[in-house]
Amino acid sequence: MSDLLDLLESPDEQDLRSGVRDMLAAECPWQTVLSFVSEGAEAYDAKLWRTVATGMGLAGLLVPESQGGAGAQWRAAAIVVEELGRAVAPVPFVSSAVVATTALGSSDEPSLLGRLASGELTAALAVPYGLWSAPTLLSVVDGAVTGTVRGVADALGAGLLLVPADDGLYAVDGAAVRRTRVLSLDETRPLADLEFRAAPARLVGSLSAVPCALRAAATMTAAEQIGLASWCLDETVGYLKERYQFGRPVGSFQALKHRLADLWVELTQARAVVAYAAADLAAGAADGRVAASLAKIVGSEVAVRAAEECVQMHGGIGFTWEHPAHLYLKRAKATAVAYGSPDRHRARLATLVDLPLEES
Amino acid sequence: MAEPITEADLRERISAFLADHDPAGDRLAFLRARFDAGLAWVHFPVGLGGLAAGRALQPVADDAFAAAGAPDNRPSRIGIGLGMAAPTILVHGTDAQRTRFLRPLWTGEEVWCQLFSEPGAGSDLAGLATRARRDGDGWLLDGQKVWTSMAHVARWAILLARTDPDVPKHAGLTFFVLDMTAPGVEVRPLRQLTGEAEFNEVYLTGVRVPDEHRLGDVGAGWKVAQTTLMNERVSIGGGALPREGGMIGVLARAWREQPAVRTPGMHDTVMRLWVRAEAARLTGLRVRQQLAAGAPGPDGSAVKLSFATLNQQISAAELDLRGDEGLRRDSWAMSRPDDVDFTGRDTGYRYLRAKGNSIEGGTSEVLRNIIAERVLGLPAEPRVDTRVAWKDLPR
Repeated sequence: MSDLLDLLESPDEQDLRSGVRDMLAAECPWQTVLSFVSEGAEAYDAKLWRTVATGMGLAGLLVPESQGGAGAQWRAAAIVVEELGRAVAPVPFVSSAVVATTALGSSDEPSLLGRLASGELTAALAVPYGLWSAPTLLSVVDGAVTGTVRGVADALGAGLLLVPADDGLYAVDGAAVRRTRVLSLDETRPLADLEFRAAPARLVGSLSAVPCALRAAATMTAAEQIGLASWCLDETVGYLKERYQFGRPVGSFQALKHRLADLWVELTQARAVVAYAAADLAAGAADGRVAASLAKIVGSEVAVRAAEECVQMHGGIGFTWEHPAHLYLKRAKATAVAYGSPDRHRARLATLVDLPLEES
Repeated sequence: MAEPITEADLRERISAFLADHDPAGDRLAFLRARFDAGLAWVHFPVGLGGLAAGRALQPVADDAFAAAGAPDNRPSRIGIGLGMAAPTILVHGTDAQRTRFLRPLWTGEEVWCQLFSEPGAGSDLAGLATRARRDGDGWLLDGQKVWTSMAHVARWAILLARTDPDVPKHAGLTFFVLDMTAPGVEVRPLRQLTGEAEFNEVYLTGVRVPDEHRLGDVGAGWKVAQTTLMNERVSIGGGALPREGGMIGVLARAWREQPAVRTPGMHDTVMRLWVRAEAARLTGLRVRQQLAAGAPGPDGSAVKLSFATLNQQISAAELDLRGDEGLRRDSWAMSRPDDVDFTGRDTGYRYLRAKGNSIEGGTSEVLRNIIAERVLGLPAEPRVDTRVAWKDLPR
């Protein structure tokens, strides 16, 4: 059945892609990202987020129209995320507009979705960035939550934290939580340690939405990884055409050409897998868990390899702070850990497709 | 322009055809009638076995005929004709050539082979030395070809020969259709490392070819061959498979059936290969969707390259996994199989045969160059042979 999913982009989807790409080319060149990282004070690029969230109306992409959103499908979200990944854009789109929004999917409080859709409020799911299964970490006593959660992505600037606790999903005002910035590998997406000390919490949804949110997170992170890998490939190809050594453009040497051809093959395949996983999420197809794990594995592997090759093939300049390659390397490695490393997803997949290590 | 054929139209035509022709009757008569009804390759022109429909409708036709228990045209036996000769004849052939060759090609009455590679010209195909000299209203061929599948059963061959040694190598080639029963054609089995003779050597000594069997202009052989080769790469590894449908399914079954041989290291290998096989399969699915949408991209070359690597890695892992059992072969006898069976036979056969996947149909190294230069736009390697007359090249 799943083979019937359409893996090609529609004209509308192509328009969405070029619209987002053009906006990011104008508003988010890598020099902007580099100064954001170097200054290191902000939770995210607030000006860029306004453009993405409100200007282009993307914060509510996945929110139903009845609640003020665009009611778009996952395929559209994957395209937006891919383009944001291409630009290593420091905005909380994945955390707020994808993961938190999905976690709130069955919320009893639709007004929250409306506020997220408008971009006035951002939210983060209060789980470690690398979490891949969905345990409940905290407890609620008399309407207040206590405990700590380490390494939460985009939590620093989130107005609202969504806390999976005991018997449900709770909303906690960001200001009521002690948030400590973590000096993290990827400063384009800062992490924070959260300390809840009897923070007032109200029940906003059921826990059953959390695994769905994490599955969507894995697929959308893979889309982000495709975007950043394709930037790395394009940038490297461009550089190797211009850089001369031994009297020839470096890109004419077979030793480098073959590596880039292999990278292109890997990226082409990852693109097909992510298209499949996004279409699969959109269709709510039964193969969803397999597709999400597949996407996260191939996305993580191609992103890390593309970024590593980009650094290497740029030679000395690729190893410097002033060249943007390191922004992509850090984002690639961090997203490989995010929402389950490839190794964790292979372990999950082994169970899903009946290839267990141990005899059952 | 007529309205394009819809899926409903096609199903209606097939139903009507099946009502008139008994699928259990004479096999050849059935296939000929199917061709004449335009239900052979539906995207071909009317009168040449098709309905000028979209490529995407072909599986509809194939599935409907299979469901009716109709005989197929043994596509694995005539794969070279279907995948390489037919599309080339369609694009570059004259009306007379199309009419003469396409029907018996499709019905399987006439098997085709491809005479491109030579002992001295494999990856450097344009360097080939087989000569075609003018001889009245025809040509005389002399040379040697190699790695020719199906030559021992083929009625016709597509052939690339040098007609002008005094110009650079790509400019001096001409494309012909060769009658394999003509005097002077000698086919010798070439035994491979599997023990089988799936391929042949073909010796051509003073073979006469009439000029009406030339395909395309004199000296335009390289351009014509590009059509053939592009179609070859699309057809290799391009079949629609379900999940675990290829060699990975064999490995997965071996894993499930033999808990005693499982180790953590092998588990990691199996899972990594499973993921890559599934990624390659989905890429193939996307390539077919691009083709069906009339927007073929370069992604097909990714399919061929990864198919070769994966088959080699999967078959090697399977041998490791099976251990002693994997060392037992079913036969070393020299046989002459019609097709390659990647999921049947024994583990050793799969391991050995897969070694050919990165060589046949363009080596992986040449394919990487093609991707790097034509897809990524990287600068070409310095070339020493493009402006020199072929006869002056060192060899």
